[in-house]
Amino acid sequence: MKLELSAEDAAFREEMRDFFTTEVPQEIRDTVREGRELSKEQIVESQRVLNAAGLAVPNWPVEWGGQDWSALRRHIWHEELQRACVPIPLAFNASMIGPVIAHFGSEELKQRFLPQTANLDIWWSQGFSEPDAGSDLASLRTTAVRDGDDYVVNGQKTWTTLGQYGDWIFTLVRTDPEVKKQRGISMLLIDMTSPGLTVRPIELIDGGHEVNEVWFEDVRVPAENLVGEENIGWDIAKFLLGNERVGVAPVGATKRILAQAKGFAKEQRGSRGGTLLEDPLVASRFVELENELLALELTALRVVAHSADGKPHPASSVLKLKGTELQQAVSELVVDLAGPASLASGAGDDSALPGWARRSTPTYLNLRKASIYGGSNEVQRQIIARTILGL
Amino acid sequence: MDFSHDEEQQALREAVRGLVGKQYSDFELRRQTTKADPGYDETMWARLAEMGVLGLPFGEDDGGSGAGPAEVAIVAEELGRVIAPEPFLTAVVLAGGLVAAAGSPEQRAEVLGALTAGELVPALAHAEPGSRWSPSAESVTASADGDTWTLTGTKEPVPFGAHAGLLVVTAALPDGGTGAFLVQPDAAGLSREGYPLFDGSRAAKVVLDGTPGTPLGAPGLDLTDSIATVMDIGRIVACHEALGAMAYALEATSGYLKSRKQFGVTLNTFQALTFRSADMYVSLELARSVAAWALMVLMTGDRERASDAAARAALQVSRAARHIGQEAIQLHGGIGMTAEYAIGSYTARLTALDHLLGDGDHHLGRLAEVVGQHEDLDPLGA
Repeated sequence: MKLELSAEDAAFREEMRDFFTTEVPQEIRDTVREGRELSKEQIVESQRVLNAAGLAVPNWPVEWGGQDWSALRRHIWHEELQRACVPIPLAFNASMIGPVIAHFGSEELKQRFLPQTANLDIWWSQGFSEPDAGSDLASLRTTAVRDGDDYVVNGQKTWTTLGQYGDWIFTLVRTDPEVKKQRGISMLLIDMTSPGLTVRPIELIDGGHEVNEVWFEDVRVPAENLVGEENIGWDIAKFLLGNERVGVAPVGATKRILAQAKGFAKEQRGSRGGTLLEDPLVASRFVELENELLALELTALRVVAHSADGKPHPASSVLKLKGTELQQAVSELVVDLAGPASLASGAGDDSALPGWARRSTPTYLNLRKASIYGGSNEVQRQIIARTILGL
Repeated sequence: MDFSHDEEQQALREAVRGLVGKQYSDFELRRQTTKADPGYDETMWARLAEMGVLGLPFGEDDGGSGAGPAEVAIVAEELGRVIAPEPFLTAVVLAGGLVAAAGSPEQRAEVLGALTAGELVPALAHAEPGSRWSPSAESVTASADGDTWTLTGTKEPVPFGAHAGLLVVTAALPDGGTGAFLVQPDAAGLSREGYPLFDGSRAAKVVLDGTPGTPLGAPGLDLTDSIATVMDIGRIVACHEALGAMAYALEATSGYLKSRKQFGVTLNTFQALTFRSADMYVSLELARSVAAWALMVLMTGDRERASDAAARAALQVSRAARHIGQEAIQLHGGIGMTAEYAIGSYTARLTALDHLLGDGDHHLGRLAEVVGQHEDLDPLGA
């Protein structure tokens, strides 16, 4: 048993820290730090800075721009990104479709898509969920029927995050309706400018526009855009979702926000005299959250220190479950710290109230999604009960 | 950074598991053992001594084996898995620990040598009525007349105090601060009244009335810091004992859900129950992470960080122990309430461990006082 990082890993951490805090534009990092919405341009610019240095897609195969890092180094990279307020490389590109194309795609698909995906020249959207296929993904109904050299796609996808910026969408479609529902699914890559494809915004409870519906009406997709073989889409989805769960607990970002919140609490007057942070009830909430985040961070370190062959550790469901619960709890604390100022979500920048307080409630409301996406927390409990406890 | 144990540590774990696991996997045997004084099996204690387990934390010059906190924690975890009633935590880690930290070379050699050999089981008499896990003694006072020291006041509860061969008694010093004294069981003016606790262990009320005691270490020296250190080490060891008990409680509960039939199906058919087990697993893994980290911080030798880490581990484990202990009984249903069935005794033991050296709210309060002094926590200390 030993606490410290090895000298090499400690040096690696310093190197990441230096790069992220000096090479990524300050304006972008300030936007993240202040919890403001990033523009498409900012996300793209940040990822290109990382990609130029080989730091955008470290989990990919080395020949496609990945790094031959240990799980611990990938973890350090991810934590330091969050610590420095650098936007995480777009998950749809870096964690989802990139590794899928690298693993399942033909050489032609790899050449055509991977460099542009790493550099965010293509902005990918995810087309998995449907109105009747959320956690029960295999129930999807969007169809793709082969017609000559094309597939003809019809149906509807939903919860397509940032689909308004998407250039291409990776979709799961039903190619064989006759077999068991998991067996007849394929993955198609679809150009979002194709005729018959429509993106419609969904307004959310925080007032923002983040997710969309995507409709397909006789959309013709060249058959060469099929990933892997026909009808192996379920295997691809499992591979992709397994990757997604790793790193889904935003420990670094949640820690940073809790530390910022401490600053907010020091600046507010408490209800019983002194600063708000000196209120014992407030202080104890900070300690409870800080301790649970410590436990979560250490659990993540245990997982990466002992993950073999890059396979997700069985306890990674703990990270998703607890990580999102804590992310939500910290956002809830921030609303409570803001107090009456939390009501002023509609006020502009000339408001007398601080920006963090005005943004606190929309952020809190928005983050209710965290325990739903990426395999809802109930799905994670099911995974723990079945695969770890054998129930 | 490395959370794993080396081969020697693994071998120690297997040896201890082999010994105590074999005996106390028969829960009825534990029950019979705790029914009669001294509340544990003296033959088992002798076997632990033979195995070298009782001398693990002490230096070789003092008769011990000079192992580190990691080895002590491994033993505690294995004892916790079977809720072995032997007083390893209180006699070795606390009473022995204070002698090791503050005793003169002669005192260390004599007390720790005999403790390591299994010949002497000391008890730490520190808690006082009205005190709440303070490292200071207040109501028991020490007075000096030349070189002769006497103690007066009441200590309670003193874990395994009634049958202990030596009492290590803390007391307020005439010039301020807290000292510690070795008190022989037949000392004048000493009376002890033992009783069983809800977890099957033993404690005593110890009344001192002008009782002679030998100062531990230099006479008149304030040992508050040493007592605090020993309590912090004890907290971290107690966390590991609790981890063993929690891990077993979860295994037993999962096993029960798979075998117990109600309404014609096994209980694991009901999602309401399996989800609660999943949450128990989450609590256990988070607690395990912090307890292992606190142990590693302790091994770095940084006193201040170790104290903070002990409080954080104790807070996390306290919350987890209550959650897991309460749910273990609930998911077992009525059988979990019976003394014949093991699971309820695990909850009892976890409750005792929670209150021995400071419960979750106690540590939460300590940490809340200093929460404004740092921005965030870096477990690697960089």
